[in-house]
Amino acid sequence: MSELYLNVIAGGILNGIVYALIAIGLSIIFGVMRLVNFAHGEMVVIGMYAGYWGHELVGLSPLASMPIVAIVMFGVGYLLQKSVVNSFADRPQHVQFILFISFALVITGLHVMLFGPDPRGIFSLASFETYTVAGLRLDATRVQAAGGALALIVLLLVFLQLSTIGRQIRAAADNRIGAQVVGIPIAHVFAVTAGIGMACAGAAGSLVAPLFDTNPFLAAEFTLLAFIVVIVGGLGSLVGALVGGVLIGVVEGLAALMLSPSMKSMFSYALLVVVLLARPAGLFGASGATK
Amino acid sequence: MNRIPIALVVLFVVLGLAPLFLQGYWLSILTLIFFFGTVGQAWNLAMGYAGVLSLGHALFLGLGGYLTAVLSVNFGIIPWIGIPLGGVLAAVFGAAIAWLGFRFSVRGVYFALLTIAFAEFFRILFDNWDYVGGSGGFFFPALRAQESAVLELRGDNLVFFYGFLVLMAGTYLLCHLLVSSRLGYFWRAAREDEEAAAALGVNVKAAKISVVAVSAGITGVAGGLFGLLNGSLFPDSVMGMRLSIELIVAPIIGGIGTLVGPIVGAFIVIPVMEIANETGLKAGIFGFNTLVYGLLVFLIVTFLPGGVWPWLKGRWKTDDSRAAVRPPVPKKSA
Repeated sequence: MSELYLNVIAGGILNGIVYALIAIGLSIIFGVMRLVNFAHGEMVVIGMYAGYWGHELVGLSPLASMPIVAIVMFGVGYLLQKSVVNSFADRPQHVQFILFISFALVITGLHVMLFGPDPRGIFSLASFETYTVAGLRLDATRVQAAGGALALIVLLLVFLQLSTIGRQIRAAADNRIGAQVVGIPIAHVFAVTAGIGMACAGAAGSLVAPLFDTNPFLAAEFTLLAFIVVIVGGLGSLVGALVGGVLIGVVEGLAALMLSPSMKSMFSYALLVVVLLARPAGLFGASGATK
Repeated sequence: MNRIPIALVVLFVVLGLAPLFLQGYWLSILTLIFFFGTVGQAWNLAMGYAGVLSLGHALFLGLGGYLTAVLSVNFGIIPWIGIPLGGVLAAVFGAAIAWLGFRFSVRGVYFALLTIAFAEFFRILFDNWDYVGGSGGFFFPALRAQESAVLELRGDNLVFFYGFLVLMAGTYLLCHLLVSSRLGYFWRAAREDEEAAAALGVNVKAAKISVVAVSAGITGVAGGLFGLLNGSLFPDSVMGMRLSIELIVAPIIGGIGTLVGPIVGAFIVIPVMEIANETGLKAGIFGFNTLVYGLLVFLIVTFLPGGVWPWLKGRWKTDDSRAAVRPPVPKKSA
């Protein structure tokens, strides 16, 4: 019995690491630009379709298509920010919100038109493989997805710490006007940030393509999942997103086991309500997020 | 009297005569327009006049719909009583969520997330609640011979056509009265600057809770009638995120913070959606309507940020001062 629980917890941790990658994409966009990307889940689904078609057409494993998807989505995010979103930087928050809702609708519409509403799953022998670690049986695809996500998260943290543009991004997040005063090219920094955010979403999407059956309507769930993780962990905090992701992954896994799979996200929403009310800055965020 | 209220009265009368000239299909389109004109107006009252962004209005719609349906089917309480009770239930939920949110100073986008979280929580709860049919839905049985179509609010499309027309007109009138009342000024004061409003003695929290309660109540009433119109209720379709998003599109396109905007928006959005739907179905392309929806919203926020109605009014240069309510400019609350 306890073995079953341990397996579920382990699976939840692995899922949670991928959730964290999705959430970090949302978090960095918010942290730097104060923009709420309501189309984040749609970007994840783009990655899922890329992972699916990469596997079906060329035989690429999701882990192999992840870097390609990340690079392409970075370009898309960069261009989208430069061409459209930057001009909304000084508009009221609800207008920005609505702009992203329109992106979400357009992307979902295109997905349904191109690929149809039916779920598409990747079926391969690899999905039945398991690793046995210290008595725990872990799905190979899940371990690979978590491994890929963790590698990308570490890469991103190093990039933000060490590279010039990474420092500029952190400076802009800390103090936008100050960053402009010292000559940081804010439009470029914003576009790179949007690129990173969308690359995270796309990469995570291609990683989870073998885990969930891809369909256009998963997008809303991923958007809300990312919000939950980010709010629980603290908006703008990358480490918080990692912890939040794992926490939500485990909570969902246990709720699915103890109640019913269809009720698993109810607990995430309940957690979101509690955190919003009790600690709006999240478990790891700086205080005063509602100011 | 001002020009715009007169024009609206004429519009409502003309619409009331529409069944003399139009057939079933067109009447059902108009019914849908009235429905979205009603819930859009309700949402706009909170967003446009008090700056409270809710993205979970489907919850209030669903609560009103389910209460009306359960009372009618399981308890034999006619919708004439059930619908107002549904409105009250939705208003109580709205007030409770708003009280919780503002008690803990959850504002702006965070409040929007709070409303989403509550709405999704209850959607999943209803999905798994066998008493209301779970995800399989709750159905109105066919009307029995001894039951009256008028008392049970069932029957043909004409019932719903007039039901929603009256609801839209009534909602407009109610919002008009509220907005020009003392409370309406409190709402706008809270929208513009909470601290300044509080300093002038406005009870900002009470003002915001009241606007959410009224907005939710109207939405709940519309939900009760909406369930009867469809003859069935599914958590995904009456409480889902998708509906929450869909019902804010008309006021955004028509013009947030104006009373005519949500109605104008509904008259634009629903026909466009129907055309997109028909075209998509004929060509066998699913998803075309969603794409059109998205593009429409995108074009409006980019080129007519205030919405269609303020733009039209600017072109006509009406000298109507009462209706010249500025679109809201909530300060950026980051």
